[in-house]
Amino acid sequence: MDEMETPASGMSDVIRRHGMRYTAPPGLATRIGEELDAAARAEGWPEGAPSRVVPFRSAQAWRPLALAASFLLAIVLSSGTTWYVTAADRQEQLAEEVVASHVRSMLADHLTDVASSDQHTVKPWFGGKLDLSPPVVDLVAQGFPLVGGRLDYLNQRPIAALVYRHKQHIINLYVWTQKGGGMEPRPPAELQGYNLRRWRSGDMTFWAVSDVNGADLDQFVREYQDAARGT
Amino acid sequence: MSSQISPRYFERLALPHLDAAYNLARWLTRNDHDAEDVVQDAYLRAYKYFAGFRGENFRAWLLAVVRRAAYDWMQRNRPAELVPAADIDVEAMAGDSETDNPEASLMRQADQKMVNEMIAALPVPFREVVVMRELQELSYKEIAAIAEVPVGTVMSRLARARALLAADGRRRLKESNYG
Repeated sequence: MDEMETPASGMSDVIRRHGMRYTAPPGLATRIGEELDAAARAEGWPEGAPSRVVPFRSAQAWRPLALAASFLLAIVLSSGTTWYVTAADRQEQLAEEVVASHVRSMLADHLTDVASSDQHTVKPWFGGKLDLSPPVVDLVAQGFPLVGGRLDYLNQRPIAALVYRHKQHIINLYVWTQKGGGMEPRPPAELQGYNLRRWRSGDMTFWAVSDVNGADLDQFVREYQDAARGT
Repeated sequence: MSSQISPRYFERLALPHLDAAYNLARWLTRNDHDAEDVVQDAYLRAYKYFAGFRGENFRAWLLAVVRRAAYDWMQRNRPAELVPAADIDVEAMAGDSETDNPEASLMRQADQKMVNEMIAALPVPFREVVVMRELQELSYKEIAAIAEVPVGTVMSRLARARALLAADGRRRLKESNYG
């Protein structure tokens, strides 16, 4: 008998080699997110709550900030267990997600799910896939031709991304619905070298992101808003 | 009661462990659909009771909630499977130990189907430690915390689980050779 191989290690190898590591089926994360949202609403969290509350013990990850705010923290420590992260932090976090998605859309060779400069092709494509119907307008005359549309995942939900071009630059316009929320802090206008603009219209929140210069992005936003009003 | 944290923050913390949670639930329920139900239930519980989390190892805490949810599910649906480890006669189940080395032949002959059937056939208290140790590569300490038993118990259960697997493997090889 081979004394070097104990039964335990041999069996361990067999199990590790052949045993299934099951992975969560697609969609489970989304369903859980929806259930959590429902549970949160039942507990009084506003829908799409912009600010979040981080339990104090998580302050470790925020150590530099925590040190700076040690005085405040001391009050929090003595009075309770939670530490409120501001709505401004949330907007900055969202801005990071938007930029990351923009970069990914160009790296991954997956800029559009529906490639068409025809707004009458792109708009119906979103129908049934999302809980909103974003205004799709072609701005070719204004120098921002429509490239297409894509489903994306941002802010923990599937959202619409409209893709426009300006000269050699790509502009991603993210649209999702957000009921309520009211005033939110202005997100950074520039992040990691990308320009960002955010606005709201009715229940829809819009984020435009691109490496075009700020003035051109401002112009794009004006043109889009003007044209969308006409739809 | 209020969870005091936003669902977004909890998702950020908990969703990275979704595969681990699902794997554990899947091996305990042995069924895709029921595993999904258990994981959803567990995440909701974890969110509600998150304020009570005081440890340092969030993954272990979350998996303990998943295990608890799976046990509750089994209690409702398959109570017969919830036999305490102390009531399981491993020696009787393993049968006479033979002098050959089943691991060596298993290494050569076992396939995925056979090994997964063997794991699935283990009684729950042994199956869960095998899954957590061999398939999820958790530490003894983490497994002890999740299964709510001392570390020594985890090690002895693991040893007994391997003996059961070896006996089952030996039986299956014999059947496939002569059958």
